[in-house]
Amino acid sequence: MNRKHFTVLLIMALFVFACKKSQPMVEQIEEFLGFQKPSNFPDAVYNLEANKVTKAGFELGRTLFYEPRLSRNNTITCGSCHIQSSAFTQHGHDVSHGIDDRLGTRNSPPIMNLAWNKAFMWGGGVYDLDLQPIVPITTHEEMDENLANVFAKLQAMPKYTALFKAAFGTEEITTARFMKALSQFMVMCVSSNSKYDKVMRKEGNMAFTAEELEGYNIFKQKCASCHAEPLFTDGSFRNNGLPPSAIDDQGLYTATLKLGDKYKFKVPSLRNLSYTAPYMHDGRFLTLSGVLEHYNSGVATTANLDPLLNGAKPGIALSETEKQRLTTFLLTLDDEEFIKDKRFAEQ
Amino acid sequence: MVALLLTACSKKNNPEPEFDEANLAPFSIEFDNIVGDRTLTFDNTASLYTNAAGEKFSISFLQYFISNIKVTTASGKTYIVPQEKSYFLINGADKSTRYAKVQVPEADYTKVTFTLGVDSLRSTMDLDKRTGVLDPAASGGHGMGGMYWGWNAGYIFFRFEGNAPVISDDANGDPTGKKQFKYHIGGFGGYTAPTISNIKIITLDLTAGGTAKVRKDRQSNVHLLVDLMKVFNGKNAFSIAAHPSVMFSDYSVSVAQNLSEMFRHDHTEN
Repeated sequence: MNRKHFTVLLIMALFVFACKKSQPMVEQIEEFLGFQKPSNFPDAVYNLEANKVTKAGFELGRTLFYEPRLSRNNTITCGSCHIQSSAFTQHGHDVSHGIDDRLGTRNSPPIMNLAWNKAFMWGGGVYDLDLQPIVPITTHEEMDENLANVFAKLQAMPKYTALFKAAFGTEEITTARFMKALSQFMVMCVSSNSKYDKVMRKEGNMAFTAEELEGYNIFKQKCASCHAEPLFTDGSFRNNGLPPSAIDDQGLYTATLKLGDKYKFKVPSLRNLSYTAPYMHDGRFLTLSGVLEHYNSGVATTANLDPLLNGAKPGIALSETEKQRLTTFLLTLDDEEFIKDKRFAEQ
Repeated sequence: MVALLLTACSKKNNPEPEFDEANLAPFSIEFDNIVGDRTLTFDNTASLYTNAAGEKFSISFLQYFISNIKVTTASGKTYIVPQEKSYFLINGADKSTRYAKVQVPEADYTKVTFTLGVDSLRSTMDLDKRTGVLDPAASGGHGMGGMYWGWNAGYIFFRFEGNAPVISDDANGDPTGKKQFKYHIGGFGGYTAPTISNIKIITLDLTAGGTAKVRKDRQSNVHLLVDLMKVFNGKNAFSIAAHPSVMFSDYSVSVAQNLSEMFRHDHTEN
């Protein structure tokens, strides 16, 4: 066999190999797996039994998520303030920037791992993901629309009657169907493929570097009681000692009217911090070092300061090295696959 | 003529049937909204109402939820209308909504019980079970006369709005200068931790005004007068100038207590 023959054979073999391999891969992409709980995550909180994620429901939800008709003048979509490349936050905006250039009072939180959320909004008030979209749609500074108008606009579009029929059997648009489709899209937005996750799941040879490991140990010692693994939040509402701003946002108190809830805000997840600046409920810190310095030296003893921060010296003492190591570890929570996942993008 | 007399007689002497939960007949409660000694008129700017504090006002909006209707006989037998058929939104501007029409067993009832508002169970149910008047999309959302709070997920039980010249134009009154009062009373008690509950269960004795004789061949109607003046003049009386806007706040608990006093039984049409 001369060299030429060998090359031809080799090329043929490659083709055969390629064919064999590509066939099942194509099928895998096309098969819709629905909601999949990552193996290192606990059971979901969202009632998936009452709203089973289907391909058609998810696709309808995604279309609605990127639909400007949800806003009064058809200019703002959910995706306007929840941008995938920023882990579904509004990058660069301290507070959300909505319709007619109106500004809200809080930082857009990420649409991420919401299936594990017990409560919504920085200040609570919403306890069911299905009820959550009502807030931005009807809020004056966000979409400033009402549901009846949204449904009327969508019902007039053959695209939507077809999508609702595919997802729910008939063309009718109801509040429950609309909300559940959006929930199907949102619960699918699972971020669980950061380096941290792969290390925890022992995927391949993934391991923390020495510095990351050091940071992880500091994290477990100083941060994990509120930012509990693997979601990096315990879902609770706490006062982390931010001095109240001029608007005096009282957080959870507004929804419960209990004095003990004053200045408590939801503990945010620490996943995808590289993409979600600025930080805190009002986006007051532009960088992670700003956040860490707040815990080190900026904690104010306002009403209901969390007991974990209310020691002899308020806050969490962090040396420069500790801050560096912590930051190094926190970056292992970035999930690039999540922010680039084409399934979650506007189609 | 004789036949008519006979019918009339038989009606009068109609004995109370055996209480059988399967033997249902039509029954209604009528919510006839009034304002003190006067009927309810909207935007009555030419002839204002006057509350006990001497403040003149007009009314522009009135809506409230009535739910969970229960009836009781003299011997203490009760019937609770199945919950899914027991939610009504009374809209003061639309007279056709003034009846809560249900089905209850044939019997003579001496008491009716209902809820002003939406019970906490239904307030937290899956959206699939919140249709009709309970649909958060119903009546155009909070800003448009709707009865649902998105930001603090729950229903507005009682929504009452109007104008009063006594309202100041500053932050303590109505900064828009429209001199509007707004009472949006809700709060089902909290989802995970207890918060304020403004759900009011109201029981009215019908013996003085006439028992409800519910039979298949008639429409027994318990006619209530709902006196909106009690919002201001109830046991926690307040002035519009002092509280022109009450929504989800501790003070709403005080206003909600007045709301229980609004309902009185006037008569029964059997």
